[in-house]
Amino acid sequence: MSVKFDRVAVFGAFKVGAALSLASLISLPASAQTITAVMQSGLRVMDPVVSTAFMTRDHGYMIYDTLLGINEKFEIKPQMAEKWEVSTDQKTYTFILREGLKWHDGAPVTSEDCVASIKRWSEKDSTGQVLMTMVSEIKVVDGKSFQVILKEPTTLLLESLAKLSSRPAFIMPKRIADTPSSEPIKEYVGSGPFKFVDSEFKPGLKVVYEKNKDYVPRSDAASWTAGGKVVNVDRVQWLAMPDQMTPVNALINGEIDYIQQVPFDLLPMLENKSDINVEVLDKLGSWTYFRFNHLHPPFDNKLVRQAAMNAVGQEDVLKTLVGNPKYSRTCPSVFGCDTPYADAYGQDVVVPSNIEKAKELLKEAKYDGTPVVVLHPTDIAMLSAQPVVIASALRKAGFKVDLKTMDWQTVVTQQGNQKPASEGGWNIFSTYSTLATSGDPFGNTTVASNGKKAWAGWPDVPEIEKLRLDFARATDPAERKKITAQIQKLAIDEGVVAPLGQFSVPAAYSKKLTGVLPSPVTLFWNIKKAEK
Amino acid sequence: MLAYITRRLLATIPVMAMVAVVVFAILRLTPGDPAAIIAGDDATTEQLEKIRQTMGLDKPIPLQLVQWVYQLLQGDLGVSLLSGAPVLGMIADRMGPSLALAFGTIVVTVSVAIPLGIVAAWKQGRMLDRAVMTFSVLGFSVPTFVVAYLLIYYLSIKMGWFPVQGYKPLSDGFWPFAQRLVLPVLALSGVYVALIARITRSSIIEVMGEDFIRTARAKGATERVVLMRHALRNAAVPILTIIGIGIASLISGVVVTESVFNLPGLGRLVVEAVLARDYPVIQGLILLFSFFYIFINLVVDVLYPIFDPRIRY
Repeated sequence: MSVKFDRVAVFGAFKVGAALSLASLISLPASAQTITAVMQSGLRVMDPVVSTAFMTRDHGYMIYDTLLGINEKFEIKPQMAEKWEVSTDQKTYTFILREGLKWHDGAPVTSEDCVASIKRWSEKDSTGQVLMTMVSEIKVVDGKSFQVILKEPTTLLLESLAKLSSRPAFIMPKRIADTPSSEPIKEYVGSGPFKFVDSEFKPGLKVVYEKNKDYVPRSDAASWTAGGKVVNVDRVQWLAMPDQMTPVNALINGEIDYIQQVPFDLLPMLENKSDINVEVLDKLGSWTYFRFNHLHPPFDNKLVRQAAMNAVGQEDVLKTLVGNPKYSRTCPSVFGCDTPYADAYGQDVVVPSNIEKAKELLKEAKYDGTPVVVLHPTDIAMLSAQPVVIASALRKAGFKVDLKTMDWQTVVTQQGNQKPASEGGWNIFSTYSTLATSGDPFGNTTVASNGKKAWAGWPDVPEIEKLRLDFARATDPAERKKITAQIQKLAIDEGVVAPLGQFSVPAAYSKKLTGVLPSPVTLFWNIKKAEK
Repeated sequence: MLAYITRRLLATIPVMAMVAVVVFAILRLTPGDPAAIIAGDDATTEQLEKIRQTMGLDKPIPLQLVQWVYQLLQGDLGVSLLSGAPVLGMIADRMGPSLALAFGTIVVTVSVAIPLGIVAAWKQGRMLDRAVMTFSVLGFSVPTFVVAYLLIYYLSIKMGWFPVQGYKPLSDGFWPFAQRLVLPVLALSGVYVALIARITRSSIIEVMGEDFIRTARAKGATERVVLMRHALRNAAVPILTIIGIGIASLISGVVVTESVFNLPGLGRLVVEAVLARDYPVIQGLILLFSFFYIFINLVVDVLYPIFDPRIRY
């Protein structure tokens, strides 16, 4: 059989094919774009109520919404709520939901969903737990409104519902929020500006979000978690790359658009690139600190704790950890500097390294040479420098130090060990927290001082616990400032926590991206991506 | 031969059972707690306990072992403690990049290293031999990640020929698949080329001193025939052994290369799972790796008689 080619027919077919191809190109939406971001680690735990991991929190902000938001002036604004009304006795808050809120499966958001979500969240969150002791009832009024009735007036209600980190009060459908808070949720449906694409999820490697086309953003400008969450791209994909050099090279080569955190030592590779922005988006930054085990010698003695705090200098820690004064600063405040409750008390104790003073205090305390076990995680760059500097300063002051090297997960497990160092316990560990989580006496778990119920270190300072409750009850900002100043003084004097300084880790992104929002949490709304 | 293979396959069962029990025990003795990872470092003891109960980690260790073995017998490796994803699915997802990297590296290694080893043995003591041995020392000495960064700098960033990172499955097309494998394969091949070239050279040099080589030469065989037909075949057993070990370690242990090039392979999964104390994932992977080692050893053993007829099973 032979086939004859008709030139006219072939040319015609070619024209039709070309026209179809062109049409298909034209029919692509103008904004068919994907932002590829490399995050600080892979997403593995998906439940932002069960886990306080930052990746889980950032995932929460993608797919869930919050009832209230907070802006860069620390003002609480309605987000899912249209508004809230407060009774004259300041004890009943009525929240009214915005019109047009929908879950990703198309069902409308109701006040029942909000009540169930707040209840589940408050079982786990440290601030939520305190709040619930002050709440007499949360009740549904109708499909669009619900009430929180307080036993006594407190601003903690609005503050905790607008909480930025690390366990924001995300709103979930009631059927999901009814999951016991000790069990991770298994369905990821929110009402937030992005939808989670389950079929493309690779735990620890890749997460894909697509624009929630049904999302109705607020009309006011976006600022932190408040304002309009306007999504300008079709997809956002998060990748995890274990070698920190890889995303830097990939950004230079145009393979990715965004790096959430650039290690300080690799910044010079990006800072002089004309097509890349290097910017600190989390202006609050993080603070690093160390904790003593108050239960056992030698740090069950206040004078020995003070000796150690005098010995360690913040400049030495920050030089080793950050190495670039542009991204770090000394700060004595346990609530961070440049925050509403910043306080300079203890500047002379925690900022400089005063070895002579430390020696005097050790002598006065009659330190008997009990070895001090310092936990030293080596697998996380942001945590491995501090123990080395602490150990060196303590040795100079006359402490006998045993620096124990391990991975971070072992440190986390060791932290809970209340036994003496001679039986496998510890005396000092250091870590860091974002100031978004540490700016007040409730978000900042390091100042909790209720003995064995407190966080690792178990300080027992009843005056601080009383002040924390006073803070929850206080509604006047000036009174709260006074209370936090008292907590600062006690925290330093009693050696509850020893601040080691503040730092900010910059992000880097392609100049194709515009509208990247500065915020203590990583946000992907408001961003536009240019074609070239 | 068939009886031998069957016997060897049956022997894998007790070996793997032993591996399973040892790995299970070691993991439970290692400090670290997956519940603490999920809950965060500020979780209270009460919260941790509740999560442990939900995960079944509060049960006695022997009971946990029995439950896991029961699951295994049903072909179920369990689910990740962190993500809740099935372990089998996670391993299957990560298998592709590891197999592609291992296969590519072995092909490049064998094609380069054996000829280099033969040439070095043939020109023993001369410039060419010294050049090959110098390259071999370099291949051993320069860490893979340094080679990887140099390749990325020159071939990706300067020349723009290859992407810096990532992996595309073959189903996305041959070129996208191959393009992302070239640099990792080149980076990883260096050390294996060095190793196999050295083994090939020394094995051939050893064989070249044997009586049958002198006999071959005496009967008038050319040097090429002596080398290729008589020497290489008799030197094949150690070379084959090294290639076998190489394949097994390539599949399970190329964490650095996978990390530098962002390949989502099994090596990375092991490290991630160990750091997160994700017990079911670690257990599943170690079982798989032990099976790989046993299987590849078996294949190598089965291949020996082809190259050396004196070996009989």
